[in-house]
Amino acid sequence: MTDLLRQIEEENMKQDVPDFQPGDTVRVGVRITEGSGDEQRVRVQPFEGVVIARDGGGLNETFTVRRVTHGVGVERVFPLHSPTVDSIEVVRQGGPRRAKLYYLRNRIGRRARVRERIAKPGAAATEE
Amino acid sequence: MTAMPTGLLGKKVGMTRVYDEATGDAIPVTVVEAGPCVVVQVKTADEDGYDAVQLGFEKVAPTRVNQPVLGHFLSRNVEPHKYLREFELAAGDELEPGATVTVEIFQEGQFVEVSGTSKGRGFAGGVRRWGFRGGPASHGSKVHRSPQSAGATDAQRVFPGKRSPGHMGAARTTTKGLQIVRVDPERNVLVIKGSVPGPRGGLLEIKAQGPSEGGDE
Repeated sequence: MTDLLRQIEEENMKQDVPDFQPGDTVRVGVRITEGSGDEQRVRVQPFEGVVIARDGGGLNETFTVRRVTHGVGVERVFPLHSPTVDSIEVVRQGGPRRAKLYYLRNRIGRRARVRERIAKPGAAATEE
Repeated sequence: MTAMPTGLLGKKVGMTRVYDEATGDAIPVTVVEAGPCVVVQVKTADEDGYDAVQLGFEKVAPTRVNQPVLGHFLSRNVEPHKYLREFELAAGDELEPGATVTVEIFQEGQFVEVSGTSKGRGFAGGVRRWGFRGGPASHGSKVHRSPQSAGATDAQRVFPGKRSPGHMGAARTTTKGLQIVRVDPERNVLVIKGSVPGPRGGLLEIKAQGPSEGGDE
């Protein structure tokens, strides 16, 4: 990728994206437009679940959030820098050993959990 | 606006996306580094039989062009440029050799057509070149990607224009009806919705489109 392309992408990227990684539980504020014409209304709906993947880079980065509701697994892929993603809040930090947690799809109940991240001694100072 | 040619030369930088703040849609865009171009020659109906401006793009050292081309530049007091292309001049406009043309001739939201040399595909078969369906891959089939029949037997010849394997790509291609998403005069950059012909770094001609062609001017 050329510098110019990277520059243009960076200008269009969000600056306030929190640090999160696969395994973390996040609450995503999803902007939803309701109705049409004059009655159009924008509201923010939360979607909470485990981040199972982050894909792509730069402006094109996406992340996948998985949650199980009423026994049905729901996965949503969000473009990280899209205005539809109103906010991202890290609820819980996980400490998985791989970058893509697709194995969670084949697990149910207690086994479909990710270990919580335990801050290394001394590293706590560098964490926010 | 005064004295503007209808087009500009540029180089494809690459593709990315931008988001529509209102709807949240991701818009696929091509980033084009366009201009600044210099007017090298003005052709008039009286002298040349038609009206046009010749634009130069990308300065080069005088040693990089041959003598006749160097004379073409020097006689008009213009620095040598690597690429020369002609564009129509909007009616009643006048430009002098040496004048600079930038991306500011375009506005955001305007429709343009972009010409370039498409990526070369080499000697391509019927499936790739013409969209032939090909045969089954397995189950005893021996017909995979071959072109099969070239026509009826009673004609005893193959009609001209029969779609056959052959050289594909590396030809002049024009994409019409592209919309300009952003104009950045500081960096000489155009952000155009959709894809344009050619590889990254390829030369492009960007032309304004009239209303009859889906344009807005």
